[in-house]
Amino acid sequence: MPIDWTALIVFILLFAAVTILGFLAVRWRRGDLDLLSEWGLAGGRFGTVITWFLLGGDLYTAYTFIAVPALMFGAGAIAFFAVPYTVMVYPFVFVVFPRLWTVARHNGYITASDFVRGRYGSRWLALAVAVTGIIATMPYIALQLVGIQVVIAALGVAGAGWMGDLPLIIAFVILAAFTYTSGLRAPAAIAIVKDALIWVTVIAAVIAIPLQLGGYDKIFAAVPAAKLLLAPSPPTALIPYSGYWTLALGSALALFLYPHAMTGVLSASSRGAISRNAALLPAYSFLLALIALLGFMALAAGVDKAPQFADFAKAYPRNFAVPALFIAMFPSWFVGVGFAAIAIGALVPAAIMSIAAANLWTRNIYREFINPTCTPAQEAQMAKWVSLVVKFGALVFIVFIPLQYAINLQLLGGVWIIQTLPAVIIGLYTRWFHQRALLIGWLVGIVTGTWMAAMQGFTPIYPLTIAGYSLPSYTAFATLILNFAVAIVLTPIFNAAGAPRGQDETLVEHYG
Amino acid sequence: MQGDGSRRPQSRGAASRLWYLLLLIPYAAMFWVASYNRAEPSWAGIPFFYWYQLLWIWIGSALIVIVHLIVNRGRT
Repeated sequence: MPIDWTALIVFILLFAAVTILGFLAVRWRRGDLDLLSEWGLAGGRFGTVITWFLLGGDLYTAYTFIAVPALMFGAGAIAFFAVPYTVMVYPFVFVVFPRLWTVARHNGYITASDFVRGRYGSRWLALAVAVTGIIATMPYIALQLVGIQVVIAALGVAGAGWMGDLPLIIAFVILAAFTYTSGLRAPAAIAIVKDALIWVTVIAAVIAIPLQLGGYDKIFAAVPAAKLLLAPSPPTALIPYSGYWTLALGSALALFLYPHAMTGVLSASSRGAISRNAALLPAYSFLLALIALLGFMALAAGVDKAPQFADFAKAYPRNFAVPALFIAMFPSWFVGVGFAAIAIGALVPAAIMSIAAANLWTRNIYREFINPTCTPAQEAQMAKWVSLVVKFGALVFIVFIPLQYAINLQLLGGVWIIQTLPAVIIGLYTRWFHQRALLIGWLVGIVTGTWMAAMQGFTPIYPLTIAGYSLPSYTAFATLILNFAVAIVLTPIFNAAGAPRGQDETLVEHYG
Repeated sequence: MQGDGSRRPQSRGAASRLWYLLLLIPYAAMFWVASYNRAEPSWAGIPFFYWYQLLWIWIGSALIVIVHLIVNRGRT
């Protein structure tokens, strides 16, 4: 596609503005950035409103905004699982995470792994949680780059060989630099701009595009019948539509176990800020639902048949849908705004994810196993370097390895991270489980889940059958049940065998 | 809030915890996929499947607000 100069200039101006903002953020609610809790958690001083922007920018990522409508475009109704997913996530957050926030604040925990270490007195269980978090996060960061890559291609900026990746590399160097200097304050400041741009773009899209396409009835009439609703559940199904709702429920349970979500939660200044955000964040779910519908608008606009998008569609099958829709429907300057929203939308989660992974590495692996006597300044410096390494790794991944690998790994990431739920979430309520039983349950869940996902060619739903009845389930959800079963069976066995239990350093009143 | 004895008065014990049960409603609604995997009644041209699930985002949020106002009364 030819370069659209108006769109490109608007895009670059907005990108430059947030870059400056990212560096200025170092002065915001100034703290001593030689402390890990200041660099990696902004001192835990964000109130309800900033937390809302931060978590909104963090959880509803650029990849989500590209991939969900792309899946609607390609596969139809099943992609709408993103909506029940977000319906189910916030009651869970409301009940559980204020409790986690409170115990973390009392004990100076900055990661989920810190809590597990303190609660169970087991550095190995804590290590399992930390490693799972880091590995699940890496491909997620890589996928944020895809968002940037797709809009850069849509702007018509292309080059031969590695030159083609140059804009992406520049974007990432900028990201790495302001994360290094400003820590969590940078994505928090940028999130406000990003969210404003996304809201403007999406509201304009859901009003202006249906006007051009002749209304919502015309849009849905253009959707093939097979994509409009879920395929009916067969009579042999044990529970109707188990594939759809386990996908939603499993994703909901996994989301806040991700390190970047945990970092967002723990950077809040009060318990109430978390409770209030559980009620306020669904506004972003509404936004996501509207964005999902853009996939159907792209179908109705016929972007898959338009000759000017043929090459673009070939390079980014499905993912081209929303950018192509914007180009087809919006004036150039607004295309620039929309694309900037997506690209900046990638910076926020990528920054927070790399900070979260750095916190885990530094606090739960480096300080715990490698250099227990490190000073706070050394600890913070280590985290800054690791955030660079993590981002560089993601960049190498996207530039040199086929995209499908990153997508498969991100799917596995969900299967892996959910296996930390028994230790982290149940641990907030009871110490009934033996730490070794939890560790073995975690291992069984990870190994089985990885195997099941590989068997299914890295599609999320596994076709379980039980006594002739089918029970298709999201692999992460099915293996979480297995993980629990193992831990429940082994706990009494370890207790009976007199296996020692770790020391619990948390007190009942720490949970509020 | 540490050690001043004002934390969690007894009145906010068992009775107010029952309010948390309200939060199970969105899960029940979303699990019952058969109730909403249909096109009619459509609203403003949007099939039932889509607007119904969208509506539950707001119902879910409203239920959290209600429970929050009741169980966290007087807390910061």
